[in-house]
Amino acid sequence: MYVAVKGGKRAIQNAHAWLAEERRGDTSVAELSVAQIREQLSLAVNRVMAEGSLYDPDLAALAIKQARGDLIEAIFLIRAYRTTLPRFGASAPVETGEMACDRRISATFKDLPGGQVLGPTFDYTHRLLDFKLAAEGETAEAPRREADQGPVPHVTEFLNKEGLIEEAPEDDTTPPDLTREPLEMPADRALRLQALTRADEGFTLSMAYSTQRGYARNHAFVGELRIGTVPVEMEIPELGFAIEIGEITLTECETVNQFKGSKTEPPQFTRGYGLVFGQTERKAISMALVDRALRWEELGEDNVGAPAQDAEFVLYHADNIQATGFLEHIKLPHYVDFQSELELVRKLRREVEASQGQHKEAAE
Amino acid sequence: MKDSFDPNADRKAWMGLMAKAPEGRVTALLDAALSRPAFTWLRAPEVGSVMVRGRAGGTGAPFNLGEMTVTRCALTLDTGEVGHAYIQGRRKGDAEAAALVDALMQTERAADLRAKVLDPLAREQAQRRTDRAEKAAATKVDFFTMVRGED
Repeated sequence: MYVAVKGGKRAIQNAHAWLAEERRGDTSVAELSVAQIREQLSLAVNRVMAEGSLYDPDLAALAIKQARGDLIEAIFLIRAYRTTLPRFGASAPVETGEMACDRRISATFKDLPGGQVLGPTFDYTHRLLDFKLAAEGETAEAPRREADQGPVPHVTEFLNKEGLIEEAPEDDTTPPDLTREPLEMPADRALRLQALTRADEGFTLSMAYSTQRGYARNHAFVGELRIGTVPVEMEIPELGFAIEIGEITLTECETVNQFKGSKTEPPQFTRGYGLVFGQTERKAISMALVDRALRWEELGEDNVGAPAQDAEFVLYHADNIQATGFLEHIKLPHYVDFQSELELVRKLRREVEASQGQHKEAAE
Repeated sequence: MKDSFDPNADRKAWMGLMAKAPEGRVTALLDAALSRPAFTWLRAPEVGSVMVRGRAGGTGAPFNLGEMTVTRCALTLDTGEVGHAYIQGRRKGDAEAAALVDALMQTERAADLRAKVLDPLAREQAQRRTDRAEKAAATKVDFFTMVRGED
């Protein structure tokens, strides 16, 4: 048997040359710049940063351009680039209570200190195509109002005063890091949160939706959703003190979940948590719902066998780069594998035919 | 973090300001302020990542959120002062400029640099922050209760 293992080089080079040409598209149409993608497709950029697990808007925009807008391919490029970077250290945990909020809403409290701030949202739009955007034109400046720039307290602090909500006491355990050690079960909450924040948005959304439809329903309210910037601070060993090394945009979602109490916990509201790079609110809400569903064990709830309660199922299938890597590899040459399968099927057939022949003879 | 007796408070503030400045800004302000002094590298500019952490529930146990790109370098002026820079993004030129400012802020040129580099950066940063805060404030909901027609 002869199996060709070489000879694709020219075909591959030509395929990549054509890919580059197709990426550029019609040359009579102006080429997109990386800055245009960064500024005008910023939610795509945010998704690539969140799931690529690397905050760098310019790199994410470049990846989107290179990937022809295929966001999972772009995330793949970012993940690959990330592995080339030396790690300087880890930041102090970001203080989301100090966030400079662009948006901050609560579905549970109408009148809350700091107010309901809608921010640049798609909510309440009519979802009608705006043909004005098809024509080039200037955008009017957004209206302004005098602002109090003090920190905006978290909504859960109000419920905490009555002791009606589960507390999240401060703790300084060094968290596990799935980029350094392979993800293994059982996964503690810190590891689950790391896996979820970089998880595929579509997968996370669907898992969260399944809990709303009744598979491990946990009655989530969005206690608070906030989007804004926080400084990132890191201890610098050569200086001996911590400095701010940058500023990032984050979306944070805290759900407040009805909880009848369990063997170990009194009736109270429990919490689910989502925190994601960029303006990524669908993902952050989804993350909070899935986080809450995965907490059944520590809260002493029953495992009803729902997919969203199964940490192994959720965490091992949430990463779109692992998933697409395994899925797409099956289109690559498997000639030898298949050849052996073919031999096997032929052999089985011969055996079946031979035994059928014997049966026939015996019957005659 | 805002420790009033912190002897490093000043330096922390200027290093943080330069880390968050937009691309090219520290370089432009430094070069407009003075001609660069001679220096030697302690650590040439290097791009790497920092793992950003968050806390479960905003206040609980830390978890790894994802990395960010950071450029760092360290240098020493011929007069002996050491300057460090850790700035967001992949910006070797800006990291060099930030480390020079950090070193020069330890010399007699500090007042001049503060006026020509740090104060403008601080003003621009405050303006960017105010711009967003005011647009956000304009989207704040003013609830009012409809008076129901019962009497």
